[in-house]
Amino acid sequence: MSNGILVFAEHRDGSLNKTSFEAIAAAQSLGAELGQEVSAVLLGSGASGLAEEIAAYALSKVIYAENEKLKEYTPDGYTDAMERVIRAADPQYVIMPHTYLVRDYAPKLAARFGKGLISDCIRAKISDGVVTFTRRIFLGKMDADVVSDGEPPVFATFQSGAYRGDQAQKGSSAAQVETMPVEVGEVRMKPEAPFQEVKQAVDLSKADVIVAIGRGIKSKENIELAEKLAAALGGDIAASRPICDAEWLPIDRQIGSSGQTVAPKLYIALGISGAIQHLVGMKNSGTIVAINKDPEAPIFDIADYGIVGDLFDAVPVLTEEIKKIKEQ
Amino acid sequence: MKIIVLMKQVANKDAILRINKEGTWIEEGDLSFEVNESDGYALEESLRLKEKHGGEVIVCSMGPQRVKTVIKDALARGADRAIHVSGDDLQHLSPYAAANILADAVRDEQPDLIMTGLQSDDYGYAQTGVIMAELLGMPHATIVIEVDASGEQLRVKRELESGWYQWYEMPKPALLTIQSGISQIRYATLKGIMAAKKKEIKEVSPAIDARPSHQRIEKIYLPEKTKQTQFLGNGDAKAGAVALAEKLRNEARVI
Ligand SMILES: Cc1cc2nc3c(=O)[nH]c(=O)nc-3n(C[C@H](O)[C@H](O)[C@H](O)COP(=O)(O)OP(=O)(O)OC[C@H]3O[C@@H](n4cnc5c(N)ncnc54)[C@H](O)[C@@H]3O)c2cc1C
Ligand SMILES: Nc1ncnc2c1ncn2[C@@H]1O[C@H](COP(=O)(O)O)[C@@H](O)[C@H]1O
Repeated sequence: MSNGILVFAEHRDGSLNKTSFEAIAAAQSLGAELGQEVSAVLLGSGASGLAEEIAAYALSKVIYAENEKLKEYTPDGYTDAMERVIRAADPQYVIMPHTYLVRDYAPKLAARFGKGLISDCIRAKISDGVVTFTRRIFLGKMDADVVSDGEPPVFATFQSGAYRGDQAQKGSSAAQVETMPVEVGEVRMKPEAPFQEVKQAVDLSKADVIVAIGRGIKSKENIELAEKLAAALGGDIAASRPICDAEWLPIDRQIGSSGQTVAPKLYIALGISGAIQHLVGMKNSGTIVAINKDPEAPIFDIADYGIVGDLFDAVPVLTEEIKKIKEQ
Repeated sequence: MKIIVLMKQVANKDAILRINKEGTWIEEGDLSFEVNESDGYALEESLRLKEKHGGEVIVCSMGPQRVKTVIKDALARGADRAIHVSGDDLQHLSPYAAANILADAVRDEQPDLIMTGLQSDDYGYAQTGVIMAELLGMPHATIVIEVDASGEQLRVKRELESGWYQWYEMPKPALLTIQSGISQIRYATLKGIMAAKKKEIKEVSPAIDARPSHQRIEKIYLPEKTKQTQFLGNGDAKAGAVALAEKLRNEARVI
């Protein structure tokens, strides 16, 4: 009978991804409440050192599934290997971090078990042995409580930051590492080496003040309004993804999971809804201001000051007021 | 090259969402809809590949009659024909069930390429395409931002986290999930809109009863606020701006 929780640990270039520790914390928390053992799985080739590293955590064991074809990540390789590990371990829950890599192969893996993932969860609550997962829907505007009503295993992924990696518990002694040679079938995709685009022209990570615009700015011509505010504050202009997608601003002004991560003293978000992929890039800013006409916009969840209203009314007035203050 | 592009209709981004009586989804009656953002880019990339390499672009959308708006718009932009997987309760399927039905709907077309968006803006599963690829026995790549189909093998550029990218090579047929921003989206021309009227829309109505769901939404609700936001201006944006400048100066001391 299916039992236990299996947590997937991700690594690249010889080190564990920090979201792996968040996933371990999530799995341990579920395990404690359900009274189930937690084991971890790591896939690779020549990566037993990383398995040993995970073994320091409070886990019943670490499965290190090895095959030469797992040296580099591919969806075919990882899916085959994970399927074999899961069939052997027969867990009730498979917990993973919601990273780009997991997004790439985990739905394929779950499909082998005739199901999908409960993806991108922000928390899990247990009552009477039933796990209720919460996920954000509508780009962060609503939460949904989701339960699984199928056969085990239940596949769930957790959003980055849902659990704290530093709360993953270490064990009193090292967990046993079980090396498992796994079979991997044909790998159809050939990955080339990962690379970064040429150095970005603008480094926003050092900016003290950032005025960021989102789709609420409506047109390229209106950007001037935000630029004037930024100039009055002596700050830089930045944007959410759709603004850079539309080429209204260059991509090196993009803030978020696929752009830059910033932490200025002051971050002013104009007409930005506050999707998680944007928030991860700016949530550690000192003072956060949001101007948005939707009172329920998720950006307000992390804002210190908010104005509910039209940015085209607020911004010119704000710019004038700031100029006055600066002239004093 | 035969390309199938999957396009979903979702609630308009600026729509005010109201929760339905049962608390299980939003009230859809008075809602306005639009095409899922990344799906628009999936269509654009498909049209560009067709223009370069020849072939055919078939748009496929699943949902009630209203999704015809998305289909007609795609035909007006240059898609050649459409498949409408039609039914009133097809929007609330689990990603596995949705992928099953969509895979069934396109299997016989034997496409060289299937394009989907990387994620739907309502459910946000980020799974439908990848599951379809598995069910159809195709290799896939997700979060794709460039496609090179000129060779025997397909070459695609994938976005990785924090500014990293990677090229992948794989055989066709394949499925790609497309990231927003891959190219600039064209507008429909008047000529395109006229031409679209003559294009074929095939309607199929799948049976869904036997499909397991595996995940069920119990309720939806507004997220709990975690931070105490000071709201300024009380609905008057200009007054809010005046108050804000004062707060930034004297309370937050950031200017
Ligand atoms: C894998 C992946 C990676 C991503 N990476 C990033 C990333 O790095 N950075 C990023 O930003 N996004 C990223 N996204 C996209 C992200 O999910 C959102 O789609 C995006 O952040 C939304 O941008 P927005 O807030 O500008 O637009 P919208 O969500 O459309 O919000 C516009 C807001 O403007 C408000 N508004 C409209 N008119 C006015 C007005 N006159 N006055 C005041 N307010 C107004 C509206 O109420 C709304 O809240 C990524 C998505 C995925 C799936
Ligand atoms: N009902 C649908 N009709 C057409 N395409 C869909 C539908 N549902 C999902 N898709 C496609 O699958 C992608 C991912 O959706 P999801 O797995 O819900 O995040 C979307 O961007 C669409 O391209």
